[in-house]
Amino acid sequence: MAPPAQTNRSPSPSQPSGKSEVTDLKSQLRQLAGSRLPGVDDSKRELFKKVISYMTIGIDVSSVFGEMVMCSATSDIVLKKMCYLYVGNYAKVNPDLALLTINFLQRDCKDEDPMIRGLALRSLGSLNVANLVEYLVGPLNAGLKDNNSYVRIVAVIGVLKLYHISVTTCIDADFPAVLKHLLLNDQDAQVVANCLLALQEIWNGEASTSEEALKEREALLSKPLIYYLLNRIKEFSEWAQCLVLDLAVKYVPADSNEIFDIMNLLEDRLQHANGAVVLATAKVFLHMTLSMTDVHQQVYERIKAPLLTLVSSGSPEQSYAVLSHLHLLVMRAPYVFSSDYKHFYCQYNEPSYVKKLKLEMLTAVANESSTYEIVTELCEYAANVDIPIARESIRAVGKIALQQYDVNAIVDRLLQFLEMEKDYVLVKDLLRKYPQWSHDCIAVVGNISSQNVQEPKAKAALIWMLGEYSQDMSDAPYILESLTENWDEEHSAEVRLHLLTAVMKCFFKRPPETQKALGVALAAGLADFHQDVHDRALFYYRLLQHNVTVAERVVNPPKQAVSVFADTQSSEIKDRIFDEFNSLSVVYQKPSYMFTDKEHRGPFEFSDELGNLAIRTESDVPVHVVEANDKDLLLGTSEKEESRGSGTNGSAYTAPLYDTSLLSTATQVQPELPISNPAAAGLSPQSSLAIDDLLGLGLPAPPAPSPAPSPPSLKLNAGAVLDPGTFQQKWRQLPICLSEAYLTVSPTGLVLIFVMDRSLLQELSVSPQGAAALTTPQALLRHMQGHSIQCIASGGQSPNLKFFFFAQKAEESSIFLIECKINTSSAKTQITIKADDQSMSQAFSTLFQSALSRFGTS
Amino acid sequence: MISQFFVLSQRGDNIVFRDYRGEVPKGSAEIFFRKVKFWKEDGEEEAPPVFNVDGVNYFHVKVVGLLFVATTRVNVSPSLVLELLQRIARVIKDYLGVLNEDSLRKNFVLVYELLDEVIDFGYVQTTSTELLKSYVFNEPLVVDAARLQPLSPAAIFMQGTKRMPGTAVTKSVVANEPGGRKREEIFVDIIEKISVTFSSSGYILTSEIDGTIQMKSYLSGNPEIRLALNEDLSIGRGDYRSSFGSGSVILDDCNFHESVRLDNFDLDRTLTLVPPDGEFPVMNYRMTQEFKPPFRINTLIEEAGALKAEVILKVSAEFPSSITANTIIVQMPLPKYTTRVNFELEPGALGQTTDFKEANRRLEWGLKKIVGGSEHTLRAKLTFSQELHGNITKEAGPVSMTFTIPMYNASRLQVKYLQIAKKSSTYNPYRWVRYVTQANSYVARI
Repeated sequence: MAPPAQTNRSPSPSQPSGKSEVTDLKSQLRQLAGSRLPGVDDSKRELFKKVISYMTIGIDVSSVFGEMVMCSATSDIVLKKMCYLYVGNYAKVNPDLALLTINFLQRDCKDEDPMIRGLALRSLGSLNVANLVEYLVGPLNAGLKDNNSYVRIVAVIGVLKLYHISVTTCIDADFPAVLKHLLLNDQDAQVVANCLLALQEIWNGEASTSEEALKEREALLSKPLIYYLLNRIKEFSEWAQCLVLDLAVKYVPADSNEIFDIMNLLEDRLQHANGAVVLATAKVFLHMTLSMTDVHQQVYERIKAPLLTLVSSGSPEQSYAVLSHLHLLVMRAPYVFSSDYKHFYCQYNEPSYVKKLKLEMLTAVANESSTYEIVTELCEYAANVDIPIARESIRAVGKIALQQYDVNAIVDRLLQFLEMEKDYVLVKDLLRKYPQWSHDCIAVVGNISSQNVQEPKAKAALIWMLGEYSQDMSDAPYILESLTENWDEEHSAEVRLHLLTAVMKCFFKRPPETQKALGVALAAGLADFHQDVHDRALFYYRLLQHNVTVAERVVNPPKQAVSVFADTQSSEIKDRIFDEFNSLSVVYQKPSYMFTDKEHRGPFEFSDELGNLAIRTESDVPVHVVEANDKDLLLGTSEKEESRGSGTNGSAYTAPLYDTSLLSTATQVQPELPISNPAAAGLSPQSSLAIDDLLGLGLPAPPAPSPAPSPPSLKLNAGAVLDPGTFQQKWRQLPICLSEAYLTVSPTGLVLIFVMDRSLLQELSVSPQGAAALTTPQALLRHMQGHSIQCIASGGQSPNLKFFFFAQKAEESSIFLIECKINTSSAKTQITIKADDQSMSQAFSTLFQSALSRFGTS
Repeated sequence: MISQFFVLSQRGDNIVFRDYRGEVPKGSAEIFFRKVKFWKEDGEEEAPPVFNVDGVNYFHVKVVGLLFVATTRVNVSPSLVLELLQRIARVIKDYLGVLNEDSLRKNFVLVYELLDEVIDFGYVQTTSTELLKSYVFNEPLVVDAARLQPLSPAAIFMQGTKRMPGTAVTKSVVANEPGGRKREEIFVDIIEKISVTFSSSGYILTSEIDGTIQMKSYLSGNPEIRLALNEDLSIGRGDYRSSFGSGSVILDDCNFHESVRLDNFDLDRTLTLVPPDGEFPVMNYRMTQEFKPPFRINTLIEEAGALKAEVILKVSAEFPSSITANTIIVQMPLPKYTTRVNFELEPGALGQTTDFKEANRRLEWGLKKIVGGSEHTLRAKLTFSQELHGNITKEAGPVSMTFTIPMYNASRLQVKYLQIAKKSSTYNPYRWVRYVTQANSYVARI
């Protein structure tokens, strides 16, 4: 099949090649333009149709613009519509000619038929020509006040169009205020819905530059407005209902009664036949109950049945969208779905994208009582004619085996697959977890001819097993040798990498037999065009040159059984996806920042978005920070006095030592710190902390007379500045986190070491007082600022709060990025640190932890 | 919020193309089509309904072989866009009577008119056929339905979509009948898709019914309608618990169209609604309660020497003889070394076809119709080019079946009566209540 580009442009009998036909049309249109003969409208219709059909298939008919406008003087509404469609399409490229249309459009805006008024107004807005906006303001103003709702509906969207053509014209004409009025007062639900979406888009666009817009955007989430909309929800069309529900998600109810009221009000929306309404409702339920563990569980139970119904009632495409959301829920709370596993059985005629999701869900929900049945079902798919799905099914069985239940029976079945030459990868993984089976497996693996294995992953796994268990497989060196001799025919770099390592391992176990193969492999590896293969070969070569014993320790260390295989996604990413429930993030299984640019995150993305938090720092960071610090200084002392007064116990001071090198007057303060007597702690630590604040922050960069010789001497720049864009970019560039890095490691563990240095993932506890004090994020932000650690973004809902911090090394440009997740109810904190200068990340980690652990105790 | 909407033919030509926001580059239709066409080189996998290319999100649904596509750069709700695409297709069908490439090409100006009102600046305004009527002025050019190749349900399933052909009604909601007056009538279809998996020993492993009560109203003046369902109908959470024989119909769950009022539903299982114009689902339901499957499938495989085997397929219809199933297709994947298949139908077989699809090593047995209570057998002798590895059952099967059974419903859910609020004593519109059962995934393992 030829690509469509050619189909469209090649001259084919049914499709005109362009030029001559367009010229033809032009002259015919011109003839009709002035004609007043009866039946002329019919001829015009035919010609207009032709023009539009050319337009549709991508032929440029902009050259007949003048003629089209001339022909538009008609009362025939069908003709008018075609003309408007044409004009809207080409006005942008013909701004001068577009002026010609203004006249008749403006006239039509005053027509007595509301339909014509609406149509003309819509077309006027669609012209999208910057120097014509002046002609738009008047008709829009009139349209917004029109007594016909159709015209008002069109006018509200018209305001939004105007905003996109010219922000200043829209704001200067005070249109947002008019929309605000209509939002609260118009009788027509669609007018209200359009006002809501238009205001959201406008305030979202303005929020980064205008303090006022920010407030207006917040005002959309005010209790009266939310209740006003929710109470009327049934008056809205199903699409507008989604809009209102999306708004409600962002609303933070004051207490649990309010949450229950809202849920009761929306309960019947879960019975809606439109999947978008049900998912939007589910999102409200899920997000509002995040902090109420029991109710949250009930929500899962409640939304389960409606979602399952949607999966089975719509088109495959609709099912897929809903199933993706179920997949997310299953992955988060498999136990809720443990008795529903039969719903996730694959049907033979389902598309593979559906089957893949279902296989993952089956893997997740398998528990002690269902494992047997699920594995039996999966084994049926393994015989499937659809090879990729067969492969996935076997892997799913393997994953279930790795999960713990009834492994013996499963391994037996897997070995059968092995005999059927189906899959090797999971046998490798199984062996890594359950080394005790190596003998059973090896007997089988020994019989596999590597020629028959084609899939790179499977081949790599087979080679891994050959290397790892070469002492038990008599042929191993020879199989490896023949593989190395065919080095050039192996296209997959992954396989070649594994081959190098396997030959090395084999060499340490059976040197005389492998020497030749090793020589061949290293030579081939060094000559390899693939960078990683080349580097690994070179590394092995030098390692062997240096010291063979060391090489053995590096390449073939004694292995410990792997107890848990790292998940492919970090929990941070999973939480982010859950935050973005009912969006593409769920389908792609990626948070939005990975696939969209900032301005397209969503029509109503608020606080928890890193990018949108720009407002805190974007404008005038240094000044702002200093102000905040001044305030902190004042507030800080009084607050501290209060908390001190209420009898803080001294135990908090046993937390890791605060790295005093931060303070220029380190020696003075240091002795104060270890005091653990609450009574004695009365005054001095407090005053020293005040000094700490003063010195740490009041000065742009600490003068730092050579600090006390504490081992990790790390100083931070108190006035560090980083804009959110750079933060985000850096955060993305540096490896995301430990758990993800782990998966990418080859069995040698080389990459792993590297990653560990750059990114430290840790869990620690906040002091209980600290957690209790964390009622508002601001308190922590101020506290951390006191330690020269700036917050760039924060979000989440109690008890799960999330912060992004950054800090800069004093007198250097090296930046530290920190993600910090705090659960205030369990007082657990998880931090991920990324650093430009990896060698300092450990030191910084200590510093950060000690700063954090003092929160709420000072 | 979407940026563009377009409909592509099977060959990738634009039939309609509407750009609402100008945020996505012009070549998007080509980029999309190429991506879908060549999703995976081996062609084994279909493109998912949503994907992202260079920051642009493409959504598509397939309807009667046409691709309905929307693009956006925004992280929108995928359900919303996919529902919308499906709904646009339905609205267009309401207007054109028949939805296919031909009718769409003939009426593209009308479609543009619809699109203009359905979406403004990327935001959905309305998808109600009824509301749209007052804004749409083009008269549909009706495609001759008789000339069309009938889209039998089986044919639709072979395109890999679950969409129902809906009602047999192929007239537009706006076009007038030849002769001027519109006939007052209303269609209520109870359409059930059943999925059953039999184990190799004939035991039912899973079964599910996905049903829809579909309505299409041509009543003038929008009278109110009451629809009464079985009084013993109950709705609860079934966890695949067996309750066969208790007599009552137990749905796992259901949902309703916006227009449905449930004031009396809990009391007497009646639904009240003022049906909007066009075709719409009144209620969707799902049932995992055990039911009697309409067909039993027996498969016998006998190895006859190293390179030969015989497959005997037997299908028995376990429904009353007053009912006839049609367009039945039985399929079975065969071992990959199969080179030749000789078929042997029962003596006197009528309207049966057999085929061995070499490309995907699949046996296909078609039957025009099967009368309730009857039994049909097919013998197939297979020849292999290589000796099989071991058990033939591991390399062949499962047997799957598609069929349509008119005037039969597996769930026993019924429309007891359909009451139309009377405008006058002479007002007596035609009411059609029809049942149909179709196979969704009907599989017997071997």
